[in-house]
Amino acid sequence: MSTGQLFPDSQVLIVAGKGGVGKTAVSAALAITASRAGLRTLIVELDGKVSLASMFDEEVLDHDEQTLVEPSRKHAGVSARTLTPDDALLDYLAGRGLKRISNRLISTGLLDIIATAVPGIRDILVLGKVKQLVRSGEQDLLIVDAPAAGHAISFLRSASGLADAVKVGPIHTQATEVLELLSDQEICQVTLVTIPEETPVNELIQTAYSLEEEVGVSLGPVVINGIHPDLAGLCSDVHSAASEAGTRLLDGEGELLSAAAEFRLSRQAIQDEQLDRLANSLPLPQLRMPYQFTSEMGRPELERLANSLELGIKKLESPDSPMGDN
Amino acid sequence: MPESLTEIVRNSEVIVCCGSGGVGKTTTAAILALEAARMGRRSVVVTIDPAKRLADALGIDELSNEPTEISGEWPGSVHALMLDTKATFDGLVRRYSADEDQAEVILDNNFYRNISSSLSGTQEYMASEKLYELAEESDFDLVVVDTPPTRNALDFLEAPQRLANFLDHRLYRILMTPTRGIAKAVNVAAQAAVRSISKVVGADVIGDAIAFFQAFEGMEEGFKDRAAHVNQLLSADQTAFVLVATPKADTVAEAGYFADRLSDNDISVRALIVNRMQPVFGTDDSGHPLSPAGARARATTLGGTAIGDYFTCLADARQLALGEAGHLEGLTEQIHPAPVVPVEVQPFEVNDLEALTLLGSLMVQPDDPAVASDR
Repeated sequence: MSTGQLFPDSQVLIVAGKGGVGKTAVSAALAITASRAGLRTLIVELDGKVSLASMFDEEVLDHDEQTLVEPSRKHAGVSARTLTPDDALLDYLAGRGLKRISNRLISTGLLDIIATAVPGIRDILVLGKVKQLVRSGEQDLLIVDAPAAGHAISFLRSASGLADAVKVGPIHTQATEVLELLSDQEICQVTLVTIPEETPVNELIQTAYSLEEEVGVSLGPVVINGIHPDLAGLCSDVHSAASEAGTRLLDGEGELLSAAAEFRLSRQAIQDEQLDRLANSLPLPQLRMPYQFTSEMGRPELERLANSLELGIKKLESPDSPMGDN
Repeated sequence: MPESLTEIVRNSEVIVCCGSGGVGKTTTAAILALEAARMGRRSVVVTIDPAKRLADALGIDELSNEPTEISGEWPGSVHALMLDTKATFDGLVRRYSADEDQAEVILDNNFYRNISSSLSGTQEYMASEKLYELAEESDFDLVVVDTPPTRNALDFLEAPQRLANFLDHRLYRILMTPTRGIAKAVNVAAQAAVRSISKVVGADVIGDAIAFFQAFEGMEEGFKDRAAHVNQLLSADQTAFVLVATPKADTVAEAGYFADRLSDNDISVRALIVNRMQPVFGTDDSGHPLSPAGARARATTLGGTAIGDYFTCLADARQLALGEAGHLEGLTEQIHPAPVVPVEVQPFEVNDLEALTLLGSLMVQPDDPAVASDR
């Protein structure tokens, strides 16, 4: 696995994970990594969230592409846009001679009726639009910040469902094309994101198997976000550690330091257990990203995450890495 | 004086937990229902997610669309159920259909079957329907409901009306009814639109839709009525909207957005529960050696030693706690005077009744409500 393999040319990387695992930050960090590797990258935000823009100190995103990282010597550039199902549906109908009536479709509620009459049509059209963006070749890599994990399955499954349900006509064609995109390992990969805690790990394992079995998409490395860096010193006694280093602790300092250390070690114990469990249950390479001790993600944090992604990807390349031989 | 969360749990008839995904909404809803049972109330919690882990934690095999009692040592009782959107919708259709035949025709219709799986807002609508059913037609004292984890979680408020409007759509009339005058011009255009749409999505699916609206004829009034009652319940005084968040910048921003949307609907946030707060170790006094900056400086000086690791650990924790407190300031002000209830990250996984109980004791203090409101 090399950077090139994780981000081959004209590829789509669909990033999915449970709410709260940092899916959007991971998408952004992946985009920065790709941009550093020379790929012009577009993040497609499907959730309509505001957090991506604010991580780059930008205003709210809309369906026009917006530059997040300017192209430079170090960067091929990152841009982003939103893509909502209604936009995609209107776009699709407009492309079929129904542009004139699109406003009426909304005001009369016919749009809702169409979407209900053909379940999955919104999802399929979003994916269809993604495919169109890929084909346009304006970007080297598309990173799709997908809906939260439970929905990610139905979202990605919509293509096979529709291809079965609608046997002929433009919707069938669209569904078939999307299915081709999703199952083409050269073009499309799904990266699942989790944090090292019980519920998100369970959900990731479940999602991984469902996606592989029911959708047939190729799963890229799993990203585990929020790994506490190991602090080996916390295992020694605080007072002897202090005297060893020739420093004096003030009254009460030792207790505070121990309390903080004890808490961190307890969280790390949970983390290690879940990392083991994930490695045992899911034979996918792992990319681990360090916990950021900040409650607000900004460009510096994203750059740090991108650094660790680069390192992680290099590690996957080296044959002696235990994670890399998959 | 504003109510404390304890008083809300003691006095409300409905508690709606809102917030973005991954903030611990489902768990929080279950904890509040459990705490009500400890106060001697008969409570029920409705979850939206297929929360297998919650079922495990509560010691029941599986959650279904009907309330299952959770056994435990408390003076009241607590039940839990998982919303089954389709079953709930089916129940409504049966309730409002004129006869068994009308119900069967609708339940068999393809378009109808798609509604429960694919029409956006249906899940929200059925959640509020279930809530209404439990609050008005069962003998529970308190219904706690978790909302779907979408950005539009407040569709919850608008969904009943939106769905009622949707069901009232006279698609078939547009196609069937002979028309005159201005209405005729509109209808001719609409008919043309429907014909073009049929070409794109297939005539049979539009046929199913028309058949559905035909079969539904006469029931829309019942649905509209019901929607109005549900809305009344949601905006009633005995219904409390509780925001659930974590102290990260993005979820705090989302929570602020929810609070705005609620106030657009003339509903105020009654409490904010902030899960996963970083424990605070040490004081904020910047002169103290263990201020965040002080701890970081010591960590740097002592870099590479074991005690240096200790200071790094403390500095990380303090830095995080300080940032979190900063994010919450604005939101606290925005929802003032509603109480803010911080709940620290625990050194264990929340996966059994014992853990839920412990967290509950951090949120709600049955013996001394005044203390809880001051926290």
